[in-house]
Amino acid sequence: MCAESAADPEMNLTPALNPPRARLRLLAALRRNAVGYFFLLPALLAFATFSWYPIARGFIISFQKYDLVKGAEWVGWSNFEFVLNDPLVPIAWRNTLQFTVLGLLIGYLVPVALAILVNEMKRGKSYFRLAYYLPVILPPMVSVLLWKWFYDMDTGLFNAILQGLGLPTQRWLFDRNLVMLCLVVLSTWANAGGTMLLYLAALQGVPSHLYEAAEIDGAGLWRRLWHITLPQIRGVMLILLVLQIIGTMQLFTEPFVMTDGGPANATLSVVMLLYRYGFRFYNFGAAAALGLILFFVLVAFSILYLWLTRRVSQSQ
Amino acid sequence: MARSLPLNLSRLRARASGPAQFDANERTLISPLELRSPAKRAAYWLVFGALVALTITTLFPIYWMYSGALKDTSELIRMPPTLLPTQARWENYLKAWDNLNYTRYFANTLILAFGALVIQLVVSTSAAFSLSKLKPAGGRIVLFLFLSTLMVPSMAYLIPAYLTVVSLPIVNIPLIDTWWGVWLPGAASAFNIFVLKSFFDEIPQDLIDAANIDGAGAARILAQIMIPLSRPVLAVVSIFTLIGTWKDFFWPFLVLSKVELQPIMVALWRLSARMQEPLNLIIAGLAIASTPPIILFLIFQKQIIRGITLTGLKG
Repeated sequence: MCAESAADPEMNLTPALNPPRARLRLLAALRRNAVGYFFLLPALLAFATFSWYPIARGFIISFQKYDLVKGAEWVGWSNFEFVLNDPLVPIAWRNTLQFTVLGLLIGYLVPVALAILVNEMKRGKSYFRLAYYLPVILPPMVSVLLWKWFYDMDTGLFNAILQGLGLPTQRWLFDRNLVMLCLVVLSTWANAGGTMLLYLAALQGVPSHLYEAAEIDGAGLWRRLWHITLPQIRGVMLILLVLQIIGTMQLFTEPFVMTDGGPANATLSVVMLLYRYGFRFYNFGAAAALGLILFFVLVAFSILYLWLTRRVSQSQ
Repeated sequence: MARSLPLNLSRLRARASGPAQFDANERTLISPLELRSPAKRAAYWLVFGALVALTITTLFPIYWMYSGALKDTSELIRMPPTLLPTQARWENYLKAWDNLNYTRYFANTLILAFGALVIQLVVSTSAAFSLSKLKPAGGRIVLFLFLSTLMVPSMAYLIPAYLTVVSLPIVNIPLIDTWWGVWLPGAASAFNIFVLKSFFDEIPQDLIDAANIDGAGAARILAQIMIPLSRPVLAVVSIFTLIGTWKDFFWPFLVLSKVELQPIMVALWRLSARMQEPLNLIIAGLAIASTPPIILFLIFQKQIIRGITLTGLKG
């Protein structure tokens, strides 16, 4: 039909817009879009199947009783009731928040300080970068199993050091009060180098004339640090703060491999509980409901993150 | 063809070889002048020494892994431990390779990593090319929908993602216990598309238009202009994909329940939890499993660090 109407444009009684050219342009645009979407198609299919659809489906399954054999059945809010009545849920949230807060207290400023100091070094910069980054290269499964061995009460490195110093040995992963700290120290060890690299990059971007101007004004080392260096990397620090919170709230591998949530549920995290609901008890509805709660908590942080990146990129 | 076009690619090259000022002796917090005073020089060397000492905390655990693997079991559990193995049993590494059945798990990991690499490169490059240069109607919305998945934490939709792989929607094909169950979900990588698109955006549109006038189709433009000009960024994306797949544990653990399909990280978890293998062999297994990413990192250090600093924050 299109070809036919394109064939007789001269018969048209209103040629004001020069129809043949307009049609050609339309055809060209259609062609261009078709080619464009042809190249987009694989990605669209992948995202639709493995991202967008599952995200949307999470909302649906939360209100269903889902069975791998029998299929789905609507159950209203009962999955949420189950989750909210499970005494393990508040424990898991408390543990997860404890890990997040301890992680910030112990690990958040370490990379900032390291980056500022390394950046001042005239020699050995690339050695420091490599040495501090190396733990990040290790696969998480390796670092977790390695540290599980370090924390071992009988054969571990830490008790060997304590013994060597004549100090009482510890029960580490079996001590309810110590176990979370153990996970946080491992996780800081394994991740701080990556964050340090990002701070180093941010520090490279601080213009030298700011320091020179401050020096001329008589500002000492600490005042330059406080009034120039830190404000200049404040944006990056805020973004990495939010990213660290989002990352640590999804705590799973460390307790799953090291403690299986123990001792006495002291390291049971939200994602671990979600995993147990889904893959130990095959209660997919409850697991999806807990996932949805986690989703809303973390998306709140993600929106904060987006807002911060936008503000930071505007202010620079 | 691309080479014959009069074009200033210096900006691209500058990007490709990294931020020029990265290692230059630029003025930092402390001026060189200040370091002339003896007290400040002493403080500088003190900090330098402290930083060197601190690298022991990151390097020693790794040394402890590689050297622990050389000890025999009785030496390994001896208290106090020996700093150097009394006798370096290099055969432990071979024994671990055999006992832990590493040939199989290594092969599985390589299949997963290179399959993921090929699929992700094809899907992400063509999508980024389309969004950057072909610009179809609605492309901005599509890009937004891609990038917004970065904002959704993957653990939050773990269950529906798993159920999707149990049975693909509409076609009802199960992907559990197949390589596709790991490869295909990885293809939905907003990070890759973002990185590639921002690089493609720097390639001048004139170049594309000129090729278009010469009669080159989109596929030829992608193959003969975009890809040759984007080698550095493609290298970064490839290394990240390879190392990322190598390290991955949780998703392969969920999807590949058959032992003979499992990659090395899943096998390590299973073998160490079973506690039947002697400790020194497990540690040798850990050391072997960390070696490929460490070697890749040492070879491509420059590209990786540049990739992290270029993309880490702007994402």
